[in-house]
Amino acid sequence: MNATPQTLFEKVWRAHEVEPESPDTPAVLYIDLHLIHEVTSPQAFTVLRQRGLGIRRPPLTFATMDHSTPTRTEQVFGGAPIAIEAAARQVRALETNCAAFGVELLNLQHAQRGIVHIIGPELGLTQPGKTVVCGDSHTSTHGALGALAFGIGTTEVGHVLATQCLLQRKPRTLAININGALPSGVGAKDLILAIIGRIGVAGGTGQVIEYRGDTIRALDMDGRMTVCNMSIEAGARAGMIAPDETTFAYLAGRPRAPQGEQWERAVQRWRHLPTDPGAQFDHEVEIDASTLEPMVTYGTNPAMVIPIGGAIPQRAGDPVFEKSLAYMGFAPGQPIREHPVNVVFVGSCTNGRLSDLRLAASLLRGRKVASGVQMLVVPGSQQVKRQAEAEGLHRVFLEAGAEWRESGCSMCLGMNGDLVGKGQYAVSTSNRNFEGRQGIGARTLLASPLTAAACAVRGRVTDPRELM
Amino acid sequence: MKPIRTLRSRTAVLAVSDIDTDQIIPARFLTTTTREGLGKHLFADWRYGPDGAPKTDFPLNRPQAEGCTILVAGNNFGCGSSREHAPWALTDYGFRAVVSTQIADIFRSNSLKNGLVPVIVDPATHRWLLENAGAEVSIDLETTTLTLPTGQATRFALEPFARYCLMNGVDELGFLLGREARIAAYEAHAGIA
Ligand code: SF4
Repeated sequence: MNATPQTLFEKVWRAHEVEPESPDTPAVLYIDLHLIHEVTSPQAFTVLRQRGLGIRRPPLTFATMDHSTPTRTEQVFGGAPIAIEAAARQVRALETNCAAFGVELLNLQHAQRGIVHIIGPELGLTQPGKTVVCGDSHTSTHGALGALAFGIGTTEVGHVLATQCLLQRKPRTLAININGALPSGVGAKDLILAIIGRIGVAGGTGQVIEYRGDTIRALDMDGRMTVCNMSIEAGARAGMIAPDETTFAYLAGRPRAPQGEQWERAVQRWRHLPTDPGAQFDHEVEIDASTLEPMVTYGTNPAMVIPIGGAIPQRAGDPVFEKSLAYMGFAPGQPIREHPVNVVFVGSCTNGRLSDLRLAASLLRGRKVASGVQMLVVPGSQQVKRQAEAEGLHRVFLEAGAEWRESGCSMCLGMNGDLVGKGQYAVSTSNRNFEGRQGIGARTLLASPLTAAACAVRGRVTDPRELM
Repeated sequence: MKPIRTLRSRTAVLAVSDIDTDQIIPARFLTTTTREGLGKHLFADWRYGPDGAPKTDFPLNRPQAEGCTILVAGNNFGCGSSREHAPWALTDYGFRAVVSTQIADIFRSNSLKNGLVPVIVDPATHRWLLENAGAEVSIDLETTTLTLPTGQATRFALEPFARYCLMNGVDELGFLLGREARIAAYEAHAGIA
């Protein structure tokens, strides 16, 4: 069989080399699935038009709208216009471009629409061993199914449309081995925040991470996607998890997954993907999951993170650190617990899937959102929304006093009208706590859905284990 | 793309580490459907006060920064999103090179496609540049060196193909289209019709 043992990444990479890299030229890599959305695609279509090019393989490109779309029902379904005119223009541009170039689009009212990284796996478009790209850095999410998935810029979106290929230098590999059972109240989000805290925001630069170990094996697909989603927050090119029975059970029967005999053959192929025993990674990191606690960020990048019972670190004489704390309105040495909270956001491609909503609802059931706190729950896709409603989760949120919206990126980034006010503290299940990410002057604390729900109930930063 | 062989300019210095793409161009400016005109929104939340007036203490608003084409930033520049609007905003503003100790992968890739040269230097050179804002430096792509006014020259790494494209104004799309026969052969072999 194979002379040299290979990693999962190497197997997928090699299978997609149209031409391997040489000292002078990068590899030409074939792309199996290209996802596009309204924000990073218009300029790529402009280039196609300027150069008189078409799309090489239209069935391999799939479009949705999520970033700049509103989440208020009346703007999505009620005939009320999209409030932000420039956003409405982007949505129209995507509709026009998809119609002109023959790309399948899930438009604003489509029952399967949602955040691009939620719907790819949900529809079964994302599959083990595929190369998946999108003009969006959180494309790393799809790696949870054993795909090689990474974010690209708009110029590269144009390259894939025109040639179905990309020029890429082969990244290095980083194994993160995670073992031990996650304690109660600690989930996939806490795990990935702890990993980023450990390796830093540039710790994965130039590398593809493979998450390995029994903790990862024990995670369901939603949790695995949460972990892979934030690979980019550690600077990594992509994050991957080897496919296993959990992956196959998740994909079986999904509308765009192979069916019948083709399914059997696909599973056969996918079983060969996991990293061979003895394969070498360029770097390895070990994590003990059994000692982790709920994590929360206190600063303006995701590596500025502490266990929720901890105190904000002191770094005297570091002006960048001081600037970040000044923005957040925090003092070194201050405990983060009990700090007042103004807004709670549950949603995004990190934590907008059904099991995330179940976790948040489990804590909110029979409780109320603290007075003066705004809580927004935004399902990651219309399908997640319907599933949650079938289970009655929306009633739990509404009865607690939270808002229940249509799917989209919403408050994860400030471009669709869902904003955190200046100086306000938002506990958010999203992935970026950068300055101004959720609105000008907004202060973001990243946390898990459980922690976010606990903070909503108490109106203060709260360890969810106190309410469990 | 215009070929770039050498750049010579005074530096503008932003001594902040981990500058992310939301700082370079906040999301509310991403609703555009063109590439042009983003320079006025570059670093918008740092550059302008709440009333929209330029903040006089922001480095790019100082008179000395006017006309600078080389930006020196703190450690690890460009992390965050894949928005190509970030290099579009920087080049529209007038920058042709960004210097740091580390540059995020997607941002670097996007920069190269827009004639913005990513220059990664060693910590000592970086410190000198941060401490000497406005110094006249030159960047030579032929030799991949950055030369300080002290005469000290530092080599920087630049992927050979990217360097070739920058120096010859070649775009990657043309190269990829030229691989048509190989791509067709791959598709035939993989059963993609
Ligand atoms: S939810 Fe947030 S991180 Fe995810 S795709 Fe949307 S804007 Fe990007």
